[in-house]
Amino acid sequence: MKMEPFVRTEMLSEQPAPLGETGVLKWMRENLFSSILNSIISILALVAIILAFMVLMSWAMQPSWASTSLSQCQDDPAITGACWGVINNRFNQLMFGFYPRVEQWRPTLAFILMLVAVAPVLFNNLPRKMMWFSVVYPFLAVILLWGGTIWGPLLVLAGFAIGFILFKVLFGIVGNLAAMLIAVFATLLWWLYGVSMVAEVLSGIIPIGLEPIESSKFGGFMLSITIGVSGIALSLPIGIMLALGRQSDMFIIKTLSVGFIELIRGVPLITLLFVASVLLNFFLPPGTDFDLILRVIIMVTIFASAYMAEVIRGGLAALPSGQYEAADALGLDYWQSMRLIIMPQALKISIPGIVGNFIGLFKDTTLVSIIGLLDPVGLIVTIQGSSDWNGIVWELFLFVAMMFWIFTFTMSRYSMYLENKLKTTH
Amino acid sequence: MSQPVKKEVDRSAMQVSDEVAIEIRNMNKWYGDFHVLKDINMTVNRGERIVVCGPSGSGKSTLIRCINRLEVHQKGDIIVDGTELSSDLKNIDKIRSEVGMCFQHFNLFPHLTILENCTLAPIWVRKTPKKEAEEIAMHFLEKVKIPEQALKYPGQLSGGQQQRVAIARSLCMKPRIMLFDEPTSALDPEMIAEVLDTMIELAEEGMTMICVTHEMGFARKVANRVIFMDAGQIVEQNEPEEFFNNPQSERTQLFLSQILGH
Repeated sequence: MKMEPFVRTEMLSEQPAPLGETGVLKWMRENLFSSILNSIISILALVAIILAFMVLMSWAMQPSWASTSLSQCQDDPAITGACWGVINNRFNQLMFGFYPRVEQWRPTLAFILMLVAVAPVLFNNLPRKMMWFSVVYPFLAVILLWGGTIWGPLLVLAGFAIGFILFKVLFGIVGNLAAMLIAVFATLLWWLYGVSMVAEVLSGIIPIGLEPIESSKFGGFMLSITIGVSGIALSLPIGIMLALGRQSDMFIIKTLSVGFIELIRGVPLITLLFVASVLLNFFLPPGTDFDLILRVIIMVTIFASAYMAEVIRGGLAALPSGQYEAADALGLDYWQSMRLIIMPQALKISIPGIVGNFIGLFKDTTLVSIIGLLDPVGLIVTIQGSSDWNGIVWELFLFVAMMFWIFTFTMSRYSMYLENKLKTTH
Repeated sequence: MSQPVKKEVDRSAMQVSDEVAIEIRNMNKWYGDFHVLKDINMTVNRGERIVVCGPSGSGKSTLIRCINRLEVHQKGDIIVDGTELSSDLKNIDKIRSEVGMCFQHFNLFPHLTILENCTLAPIWVRKTPKKEAEEIAMHFLEKVKIPEQALKYPGQLSGGQQQRVAIARSLCMKPRIMLFDEPTSALDPEMIAEVLDTMIELAEEGMTMICVTHEMGFARKVANRVIFMDAGQIVEQNEPEEFFNNPQSERTQLFLSQILGH
């Protein structure tokens, strides 16, 4: 039999998929109504969801926003469910704790400026010059939040310059490592002793500053954000250094990194917080009065950075060794290859883990209520203890939970956006 | 296994000079207790094209990776361009910036564009201004015939294209010696030719090259010397014609019969 050769002369054009094979209809048919049993389960589930939603709404939708005490809610026949007056009544406290009302523009301004400061870090299409503000921001925030003389934070900032100049000067004389050690040590000494003395003298001569606010006045979401954001911003760089230290060929650096990570990771955060609130002052030179919130931030940071180091080590381990070799073969030195080749990729791989840690850290700030700081959860107990709101539970916890969820969900969405943006394959 | 080299090779510019580019004396290396390289002695003159072949595990990759110290040798001397390889970081960096290397799996940096891959080392190691580095990069990308891919990422290119980018990336450092570590082993047959053509062009310009490869067609047409290694030692080395037509040792004969047999 002879085969007829076949040659197509014109190509067929695309046709739309048959109805019910795309979009919502297809999805529903495949996922909800694929069999009789599945259809029944789907319908039952739908009914249950609607019922639960109706019950929740009938509880939540109450004209109780204006009430000023729980008994007022209970006496009002129009109110049969949630008493939202507590949120209205204590909103200020939930946001700022006992921060004086007339000064509350300061944390508000600090929060807005924080958004400006993190923007260039989060979105690299913004002008790079904005980074300068991000660098200065921490010191600005300290001045705004705690007030007092502006000389303290400025002199702390000057400490970096002192360390840097010392390093540059000593570099030629005693070599790299010794210069580094001396510079770091001198900077620490300056921060511990020099700053407070010089600041006192300077503020005597030129008294510029804001009304000082004590740490014990801090509270509410302002406190959570202060501790959370500081912890997040500090734990990432420290975590990176620890992860690199753990991979180092140098015995002492490796041992110190592994020891630090394993020790800190093996201890509950609560323990560290108690150390911060009670024990830490014993170990510091006498006369130094470390602020409690600062101590807590330090503890939260070292706790989070130990975890961060392990997350980043996972990212480093996932990189093929060829990347290290290619960087070496091109003649890049260690820091260049880490900064330009290894870290960008390792961090990209670790984004889900890093953001997971950030979210965990932010939620863990509620633990400070145990050492007596009035974060939102600590405030709930305080508010419940007042005679006006004695007995209220759900409304406060729901509100606080919602607020935390908004913050953490934002972080989660950002991490997805970032992962998508950094994708460089098809 | 072997790809016939279709391209006509112009040997006019392939001049071997008397100047020594690489000297290896009594070099030994161990992985733990395992003796990978045994008493390696070889001298490479400027302009030589050397193909290193041998069964897998014979130490040929390890040998060329010792030349830019991706592997550390424990005994003997390696002198590259007059600089001795020791644990002195300055010497290592100097040698690495003079010696280009291409890997079996290309090892391009996936988070950087093709152009950035090529300009990275000139900018950071050679301190070339960015604009100039980009001009150099485009020059070499044109040479490997993929200038139009400059703004893509490595993950969007085929294997052959990636390997050519890797070659261009090495060339941007203007190396005096190029090392190739099985550059075509991870490629489809049709892509092997395009990479080999690029390597041939490089050889025609007089580049000193050491290639670990199983491409015997390439060895025949381009190399001026073929080295056969087995069990961590150099078993035989000769000019390609002699090496293929008249192998001396039994192991070489066996290897060649296996690799050329089918």
